[in-house]
Amino acid sequence: MLRLLLLAVAFCLTLPGISHAQSLQDLLQTHSEEVLKPGRRSVGVVLDDLVASGLPQVVPFLEAWRDREVVQRGSDGLFFRVEGDTLYDLDSGEAVGPAESAGLTDSRPNGGVRRAIGDALVQFQLSDPDIMKRQAAVDAIARSMDVSQLAPLENSIEGERDAALKATKERLARMLTALFAETVDDRIAAIEGLAGDLSVDVRAVLNTVLSTSTGVAPALPEDANIARLLEPGQDLSEADAYAQLVAADLAPPLVSASQIREALVANIADGAVAGFPVHQLGSDDSRRAAYQVLAKAGQVPPLVTQAEQAAALDSHVFFEAYDEPSAAITDAARATLDKIETQVALSQFADLALDGLSLASIYFLAAIGLAITFGVMGVINMAHGEFIMMGAYTGFVVQLFVPDYTLSILIALPLAFAVTFGAGVAMERLVIRHLYHRPLETLLATFGISIALQQLAKNIFGTQARPLTSPDWLDGALVFNDVIAISYIRIAIFVMALIFLALIVYVLKRTRLGLEVRAVTQNPGMAASMGINPDRINMLTFGLGSGIAGIAGVAIGLYAKVTSEMGADYIVQSFMTVVVGGVGNVWGTLAGASLIGFLQKGIEWLNPSNTLAAQTYMILFIILFIQFRPKGIVALKGRAAAD
Amino acid sequence: MRRSFIGENPSVLWFLLALSLFTLGVTVLSEVTGVALISTSFVKTLGKTLCLCLIAVAMDVVWGYCGILSLGHFAFFGLGGYAIGMWLMYARTEAIVLESLAGQPLPPTPQEVSDAIGNQIFGVVGSSEFPLIWAFADNLYLQLLMVVLIPGLLALVFGWLAFRSRVTGVYLSILTQAMTLALSLYLFQNDSGLRGNNGLSGLQNIPGYEDTSQAVISIVFFWASAFALGAGYLFFAWVVSGKMGSVIKGIRDNEARVRFLGYHVESYKLFVFTITAVVSAIAGALYYPQAGIINPGEIAPIASIYLAVWVAIGGRGRLYGAVIGAAFVSLLSSWFTGGGAPPLNLGFYTIQWTDWWLVLLGLSFVAVTLFFPKGIGGLFDYLVRKPE
Repeated sequence: MLRLLLLAVAFCLTLPGISHAQSLQDLLQTHSEEVLKPGRRSVGVVLDDLVASGLPQVVPFLEAWRDREVVQRGSDGLFFRVEGDTLYDLDSGEAVGPAESAGLTDSRPNGGVRRAIGDALVQFQLSDPDIMKRQAAVDAIARSMDVSQLAPLENSIEGERDAALKATKERLARMLTALFAETVDDRIAAIEGLAGDLSVDVRAVLNTVLSTSTGVAPALPEDANIARLLEPGQDLSEADAYAQLVAADLAPPLVSASQIREALVANIADGAVAGFPVHQLGSDDSRRAAYQVLAKAGQVPPLVTQAEQAAALDSHVFFEAYDEPSAAITDAARATLDKIETQVALSQFADLALDGLSLASIYFLAAIGLAITFGVMGVINMAHGEFIMMGAYTGFVVQLFVPDYTLSILIALPLAFAVTFGAGVAMERLVIRHLYHRPLETLLATFGISIALQQLAKNIFGTQARPLTSPDWLDGALVFNDVIAISYIRIAIFVMALIFLALIVYVLKRTRLGLEVRAVTQNPGMAASMGINPDRINMLTFGLGSGIAGIAGVAIGLYAKVTSEMGADYIVQSFMTVVVGGVGNVWGTLAGASLIGFLQKGIEWLNPSNTLAAQTYMILFIILFIQFRPKGIVALKGRAAAD
Repeated sequence: MRRSFIGENPSVLWFLLALSLFTLGVTVLSEVTGVALISTSFVKTLGKTLCLCLIAVAMDVVWGYCGILSLGHFAFFGLGGYAIGMWLMYARTEAIVLESLAGQPLPPTPQEVSDAIGNQIFGVVGSSEFPLIWAFADNLYLQLLMVVLIPGLLALVFGWLAFRSRVTGVYLSILTQAMTLALSLYLFQNDSGLRGNNGLSGLQNIPGYEDTSQAVISIVFFWASAFALGAGYLFFAWVVSGKMGSVIKGIRDNEARVRFLGYHVESYKLFVFTITAVVSAIAGALYYPQAGIINPGEIAPIASIYLAVWVAIGGRGRLYGAVIGAAFVSLLSSWFTGGGAPPLNLGFYTIQWTDWWLVLLGLSFVAVTLFFPKGIGGLFDYLVRKPE
């Protein structure tokens, strides 16, 4: 009994097979012509039939067809798949023999046909067991955004097992529904469902719904879905408005200066035009006069006067109309888009703040060493930028020897500190010590060292930029949403800046060295008489400041390229940071770096295409700022403030 | 009065004598007289060097005498060059455009001419309209006035702001450097109205003198530069001598004390800063027609720092020191970087001076600052013993 039942079930299951008794080969034979030479238009019929057949071998066939692997045998007109030198049967997939180029005709679908085949494949791939294929199919739909894909996509959502891909499919289906659904209610519901999604493609979908075209008419059309009215002179220039009228054949075209000129040139006779000698026609007024004579004679189209222009503009309405006829849909899209754009603006502000923060931490790292030497010793170190460069090159050299990027960075940081600390101490001992009472000359001597070091680096490492590769775990970005993202390197630099801030504050406020440094800063003579050796303190301070520059160099090198000129790029900003922040104070440097970092990003936001202008305006701002607070944001008070 | 001024400053007479002899010598040996021992391009180099000497003299006055280490005087030099360059470029383009429009059936309207010139000049930055700052470019005399007025006004406003808030010392140096940087960054933009980083070019062609050979033009500019240097030298020698000179030097040595003596220190500083800026601009206006091209890179902060280097190496606080420093270092620099210096073979490494010149300059600069603070000019002190 059971066996009988099973038999019956098996019979029933084979029934559809019987009803589709034809094989894929038979099906192809009925469309033999289109399969061999498919055209963009005719291929649709073949594809529909193939899809409707429900045969499992259709998918591999379509893939082979798309990849130009299908051939027809001349002797019997049968189609095969060819791979290498072997022919494969399309139904069974088995090899049927060697492919001899003679007697075989390739089916060569062109680009348009292959796209159509790809679209037909998408619906199969949407339910493919391989998640990569499903993903690729969804991506293909997102790229083309075609109405035909809505139904297959919706059908595949139910069976989707991967949660992330399911969400993507649902989102995509919502976007397609918003664009193409049959009923207004469906579309409005889908559009409202898009709220809260800040991605660029959702905004693009809404903007497509809201796309407008400008129009002009004697009176406002009743049936159009009007977006807004345009007032010539306010919303669009009068010249543009008139050009629209001309384009719509509602007004005679203006005669331009060059047309006047051409008309006059065409009518030169005996060295004169319409009674005006040619040599007099060197001004616009005389040319117009001559043209009007020609126009009266009917030889050229008449000039359009200002009054006629104004009258034409007055007697017409200019408007922008939505391409979408339903006002309910455009209203819903407008409301949703407004909501999204408010969120986008907020997110952009947050993103800008993050950018500013990371720029500020870079400036802080670059400037804090300078601030220490400048503040404690009153010495301007023009070679500070070159110490930054030296640190970056140290990192580069370490990476040459230590291929593991994590390890090499861990080695490079202390090594860069050591190298630049040594360089700083050497410079202090050899040069700066002799110039303590001549600050302007220190500036120049350190500048001499700066150009020598820069050229030296160029001679050793060449002029091209060297990479300093960050470890893998610093690749990529921390993404909050579609607008707010910050790369891990910038976070690392921010963290590093925080660590150094803490470290420096600790050294200055909690250690013996810091105590002595502060004593020397405030009054070197008194400090010396208390038993502090100012020479030693100066040397150590200078070494410390230079060492931090070296570490900043590694940090900067991680996200920018290492070149011999990289120090020069940061030196002026570092000076600005120190001067704006106030000399001799860690918090001042922090305030200065924040001010400059945020300000620069802010100005760039106002004028995003032009970073040069942003820097110009920022420097102007700083020059003005110094006017009002010559001693910086955090000014030293009392005796220490004396020059 | 005149006699006593020369009597007090014998170096002025010696300098003017040397300058005239030099000018005469170069003229005789140039291609103009047919001797042709000095090529036209070298005459141009010498003429440019004289302009650099003039700005170095100005720098010496503001730094060596008044103690203001300005790292921005090359900005004024460049502005002067831009101001004269605008006229040179406009007038020359106008001549070319008029020539090309002359063949047309109708005489061109003023608008057509101006459009064509705008296209020629600004096509390279994707624009064809004349910015407002070119309003006077068609008039040589107005534009010559701009050579003096624009840098002068900039120096006046900047100096007034800076000195009024008592920004001194290294702060002031950094501030002037920032000013130069801002200016050069601004000019680097395409929409600055001065052709962005293309700068102004073709300045060696003097409108109206298309048929004159470059040999003659170069020697005329050489004379003009020599005259400007002589006049500038005389003027500054007069400024820094006498009572005003004493006040200026007093400000350098102890500003507070001079202020307490009742002098209005800010006015003196502002005067020195502005007048040296104007002289720098004149030097630039003479320099760039000889160089042929000016672009924002010329104004970069590094140029002004080199200026300070020249003056320091030549010897601060003496005008002839600045001249010697500028001439010596800039000529030496072009000799080394131009590949004129023979490579030095150390056995294990051959020093190519084009690569190592900057290292040498940097280190010798440190050495001069450390060991010879008086610079090259200090050598004269050994030759001339002043009667006590």
